[in-house]
Amino acid sequence: MRVNWKTYDSGKFYDEIIVSPGKARPAARPLANYLKSLKHDELLEKKIAAELAIKTMGISFTIYSDAGNIDREWPFDIIPRIIAEKEWNQTSKGLQQRLRALNCFIHDIYNDQKVFKDKVVPKELILNSGNFRKQCLGIKPRYDVWAHICGTDLIRDSDGLFYVLEDNLRVPSGVSYMLENRRVTKRVFPELFENYNILPVSEYPNQLFDTLAAISPRTSEYPEVVVLTPGIYNSAYFEHSFLAQRMGAELVEGGDLVVEKDKVFMRTIDGLAQVDVIYRRIDDLFLDPQVFNKDSVLGVPGLFKSWVKGNVALANAPGAGVADDKVIYTYVPQLIKYYLGEDAILPNVPSYLCIDKVQCQHVLENLDKLVVKPANESGGYGMLMGPQASKKELEEFARKIKANPRNYMAQPLISLSTVPILGDRVVEPRHVDLRPFVLQADKSSVTAGGLTRVAMVKGSYIVNSSQGGGSKDTWIVGEE
Amino acid sequence: MLSRVAERIYWQARYLERTENTARLLDVFSNLLMDLPRGTKLGWHTLVEITGTHKQFDATGRQPVERNVMKFLLNEDNGMSIINMLAAARENARTTREIMPTEAFEQINELYYYARDNLGKGISRGPRHELFEEIITSCQQLTGLMAGTMSHNDAYSFVRLGRNLERADMTTRIVDVGSGNLLAMNPSTGQTDDPFSNILWMNILRSISAYQMYRQHVKDRINAEDVVIFLIQDDEFPRAVGHCILQLSNVIDDLPNHGKALDQIGKAYRMIKRANIEKLLNDGLFQFIDDLQVEIAEIHQVISKTWFLPR
Repeated sequence: MRVNWKTYDSGKFYDEIIVSPGKARPAARPLANYLKSLKHDELLEKKIAAELAIKTMGISFTIYSDAGNIDREWPFDIIPRIIAEKEWNQTSKGLQQRLRALNCFIHDIYNDQKVFKDKVVPKELILNSGNFRKQCLGIKPRYDVWAHICGTDLIRDSDGLFYVLEDNLRVPSGVSYMLENRRVTKRVFPELFENYNILPVSEYPNQLFDTLAAISPRTSEYPEVVVLTPGIYNSAYFEHSFLAQRMGAELVEGGDLVVEKDKVFMRTIDGLAQVDVIYRRIDDLFLDPQVFNKDSVLGVPGLFKSWVKGNVALANAPGAGVADDKVIYTYVPQLIKYYLGEDAILPNVPSYLCIDKVQCQHVLENLDKLVVKPANESGGYGMLMGPQASKKELEEFARKIKANPRNYMAQPLISLSTVPILGDRVVEPRHVDLRPFVLQADKSSVTAGGLTRVAMVKGSYIVNSSQGGGSKDTWIVGEE
Repeated sequence: MLSRVAERIYWQARYLERTENTARLLDVFSNLLMDLPRGTKLGWHTLVEITGTHKQFDATGRQPVERNVMKFLLNEDNGMSIINMLAAARENARTTREIMPTEAFEQINELYYYARDNLGKGISRGPRHELFEEIITSCQQLTGLMAGTMSHNDAYSFVRLGRNLERADMTTRIVDVGSGNLLAMNPSTGQTDDPFSNILWMNILRSISAYQMYRQHVKDRINAEDVVIFLIQDDEFPRAVGHCILQLSNVIDDLPNHGKALDQIGKAYRMIKRANIEKLLNDGLFQFIDDLQVEIAEIHQVISKTWFLPR
């Protein structure tokens, strides 16, 4: 069976490729025509070729399960998602604006705290945040930037506009899959690249390296940049080693590093070598057992003090996560206005804060229509999907919210846009989100597109790879 | 480079080399079978002894017959089965991806999948040779790929250290095979029957692709003494112990703090060169090989202490 766009129907959702039965959006037209021209066997061959490429390239991620940790091949759908460059440019500006404001905010929290004095954000909200680190008070990282790498989750509602769903300022992952997805697509659809002007994504590792090198405390010498991983059993280990490889940086584990006289060194075959910049992929609390979690074996004793003394740079800086709290999220549009004097280019999804009595009442009364999120969790854990929850789950969640309102916020169930995937027989619509990656140090940049995550189950909104989501290559295409 | 990474790269090279050599060893055995008259018994148990897994094998309570030993060394869960060695090589490659060329990881990965899907075939004699040939060729390709795509830097030095040390070790084990306990002794003379002995040595040479080079080098008919001299003492043949040890000293020259390692390598090399093989063949070759293996193991210890252990 061939692809037939006339029978493809995404219902009330915004579809990124097909605008109405049989009719593709302008930027997606060559893709839609090309797919239509392929015989069923050819399509299947492409699918198998992609699976094979992923297997031999060893693109994998780890799932934590009762049966032990399993290294899974990366789930990938071969049909790319297409976004017009013009629209993307605006989105890209919005993302940079947002990160600039968030960095001003973090710097303010740990230094002057003007934002509290001016009553833009209540002080208690920050001091009670699980991601606030009092040890960071008074510290001034280079360029006043705390979050150098940010993964911002975007969704497209049925009105066709991008909304920010959440900011990830701690250790956002997924960028290696964005890069590998492109590599696989090039192998599978080389023909398509002739008809399109697709913005390359492969600059990211260089930009990341430049960002990290820019914050090195030793400016006179060539900086020693390392990627700090929790180790080979971490679910994102593939990405850690991938980025280290692409940057030509050392990939280190906690045990490879040692602190002497408040300087950080790594153990090499030629003895100790000083480290300047650590791109750490370990949570704050595991960084340094002398300061945070005492039982951590992943971190490096003395690391925090070396950072405070300015002998080593950490990206992202400890404490940066205070601004990616899902409750703080609701304040970001005001923060942009407050710090930059600009209106937010990218809108937030409307949100209700449970800490506010009136809003909390609304949440409790409409629990079956809302999505409730805990403030500090990531990866889709601990969430309530109201419309799909059982009565028992709803009651249980209501109790949790009442017990700790600060920890929860709720959003209406926004409709995620769809993109066709290649099912067993034909193309079918599936919901997607988008995670672009934003860098900031002396200058800032955004990936061309980002990682598109797909809910592979029909009708599902769950895009997390740890919970059965897949991914797609994302093309930002320019006009000819 | 990081000590931990150096260690993983070194072991990855060792496991790959060991995979190749085990495939070669199993291949000789299978070839030998076909050259020997029917009824001649091959001691399959020797195979598990050579690979140092006899205790594990004996604990399973199974008879040391062809099928059981092959299964054990191909795809069962023990440290010396080909599948486990490839899994270990792949894991070490996966965890050093930031250093090794991408293509090298991809090829190790492919080899692992090939072995996983095909090793079962090697239990029966028919498809066995083709299986081993495929594994050996893939390992050789990897060696070439690394030589041709990796900067000849510290990381590559550890690849070469691992490879040559493992190769030296395996060649001593293979010489052990030849030195007598494979074929049933002739009870009247206490010697292995001569014609079969020569067949054995010829197969042994073939197993490490040494037959042709041996003929060019020795120019005499196959005989135990010349073969052992060639395999132990030759400086030029890449799988001869002497050559491997010489390579180690070349490689180590480029690494920092190499004093102690160089001393130990020199000690092993002198031992090889000073050995009187003719005399040892009459009496004491077993012991000599044992002692040599101890010296080779000591080289590993020194390498480990110098470069892998965090100070």
